Amino acid sequence: MSGLSIQNLSMRFELPNGGAVQALQDVSLDLKAGELMSVLGPSGCGKTTLLNIVAGFLAQTSGKLILNGHEISGPDAERGMVFQKGALFEWMSVRENVGFGPSMKGMPSAEKREIVDHLLDVVGLQDFKEKAVYELSGGMQQRVALARCLANDPDVILMDEPLGALDALTREKMQSLVLKLWKETGKTIILITHSVEEALLLGERLIVMAPRPGRIHKEYRLPFAEQGVDADLREVKKHPDFGVKRDEILSMIWDMEEEIMGRTEETA
Amino acid sequence: MTGFFVLAIYVGIFVASYFIVTKLVHHATVKDYTSLKTVTFGDESAVRPNRWAGIISILTLFLIWGMFTGSGLLPKFLQAPGPFLGTTEFTYTAEANGQRDDATVTVIVHPREEKPELPEVELGDGFAKNDVAGIAQWRTGLIRVDANDDFTKSDGASVVAINGQPIARGETVKTADGTVTLTDKGTPNFAPSRGWQMEPLYLPPPEAVWERTGKVISEGFRGFTLWQHLGYSLFRVVAGFLLGAIIGIPLGYAMGLSNWFRGWFDPIVEFMRPVPPLALIPLVIIWFGIGESGKVILLFLAALWIMAIAARSGVSGVNISKVHAAYSLGASKWQLMRYVIIPNSLPEIFTGARVAMGVCWGTVVAAELVAAEQGAGMMIMVASRFQNTDIVILGIILIGVIGFGIDMLMRWAERILVPWKGKG
Repeated sequence: MSGLSIQNLSMRFELPNGGAVQALQDVSLDLKAGELMSVLGPSGCGKTTLLNIVAGFLAQTSGKLILNGHEISGPDAERGMVFQKGALFEWMSVRENVGFGPSMKGMPSAEKREIVDHLLDVVGLQDFKEKAVYELSGGMQQRVALARCLANDPDVILMDEPLGALDALTREKMQSLVLKLWKETGKTIILITHSVEEALLLGERLIVMAPRPGRIHKEYRLPFAEQGVDADLREVKKHPDFGVKRDEILSMIWDMEEEIMGRTEETA
Repeated sequence: MTGFFVLAIYVGIFVASYFIVTKLVHHATVKDYTSLKTVTFGDESAVRPNRWAGIISILTLFLIWGMFTGSGLLPKFLQAPGPFLGTTEFTYTAEANGQRDDATVTVIVHPREEKPELPEVELGDGFAKNDVAGIAQWRTGLIRVDANDDFTKSDGASVVAINGQPIARGETVKTADGTVTLTDKGTPNFAPSRGWQMEPLYLPPPEAVWERTGKVISEGFRGFTLWQHLGYSLFRVVAGFLLGAIIGIPLGYAMGLSNWFRGWFDPIVEFMRPVPPLALIPLVIIWFGIGESGKVILLFLAALWIMAIAARSGVSGVNISKVHAAYSLGASKWQLMRYVIIPNSLPEIFTGARVAMGVCWGTVVAAELVAAEQGAGMMIMVASRFQNTDIVILGIILIGVIGFGIDMLMRWAERILVPWKGKG
């Protein structure tokens, strides 16, 4: 069976002060190959924990994770990761960063060069191959991060707020790029974001998570990502359905935040 | 007293040159971005060292050095008043058997290197006879005025006045070119006036140090050439530092990567870190003697902990995202080490290496001060025992220059080898 299946995933850890945190409780979802799912939720809802468990950086306390028929344990090249920032290797050139995965596999250099050149073409950085990554702007660095992840040809791409550190204009361009790459490569993508608009635009599926304990609150299937592949994202945003969904989700998250505040005040 | 005068001159030049330079050079400054800043007081980035101040500062040091050592490089009017040189006189009044008589003492103050013939003087009348004495410059001298008198001390004669001023034992009277002190035994001790200069024995003039430098370069010092002395010190530093780095860096990595290593070595490293390497010198001498091995081991110990801590913090300083990214891209533990941990920790290690080299250089000089047969520290220690102040100053300057050179070299290597420092 192809795709990612998350079954009754729970995660609970103890605090030094004797308390315990239920970061995730009974999270289940199935992701078919080639689906793009965005994850939204207030801070503390466990979305990054979920992503780290899928990536293999954290161990769940119960439940199962099955990717393409085998259980996940530990990080692996089949699951690529794109971080918000700071994950590029600044001692390597753009080319070396993108070619890192193939190099680790011991791929012949001619083949590696072909892959790297192609991907740098796709993300529009062909003129920056030999630059050091710290000479690039934030947006360009994220393009390198995307290309580096794709160079390894993973089955699933996990994105932890990949555009969160970019300015609004660059962010819009990068959203188009993510959609374009998704369509061209047909990868399964899980994308965590804080921006409701971004989640709506990029998520073919969208899950909203609720905090304490972290769980799936609501799930949507949305047409906007499909529309955005060919259209201008600003046009997509003008669609009346888009506004309705945005307001609905915003008030949902707003309520959750209010509830958290209330609870903190009670305990305080 | 002279100290205040030196300070006053220094402050005076500081203030005067500030006003002169800002008046004269004000319009010649570059018109760059910083020059357009209106808020400069409080903006550290707008504070740039004034090159004129730097030049004048160095010149002032040499000027004051020259002024107060009577340097021949300076015109006479700039030199501080020197010590008395030449012939001077004072009279003493002797009392014996109820009688008093005056006599004149002629004192010839001569340079230390030459001993002049003392002229004959008329003995004069009365029971106290005129005397003549020679005293070397910068020195004082007891003058046995009663030696040629009709009544000597053993006859009950005593000096009761100098230049007509009454004097008792232990008291001092000023004369034209110096002071006369009556010792506890009643003999006058003449101290020619010293002026405001430093005695060459304590601080030789710049040209003397320069001259001595040429001499030490051509003749060597204590059986070794100057370059051998400096070379030995440098060799010890480099050998000790390299050993420390070879052991310390892997140790630091192990402490940054393994619970067991961290637990095992943390107490040792944390204990040894605050122990100054100088405190280990006696133990190292007891164990290894004063030869090369002892010094290299001392410097090894000085560098070891610094390098271990630098490597450890280099590992802990790696952004966890980089580690996660590398594993997600299929890196093995060994590949993570080789391609992520080591390059990421290099900036920290270079910083540690700079500190370690500085500490090693200081430690080697100190160790050589204690015991050595050659080296920069031994050179100044031995020179000080023989009061070769010029060699001591020469040595201090060379030690400073080499220490500065080492640091510059390390910074240069850092720029070339880890251009990504601070860019993460």
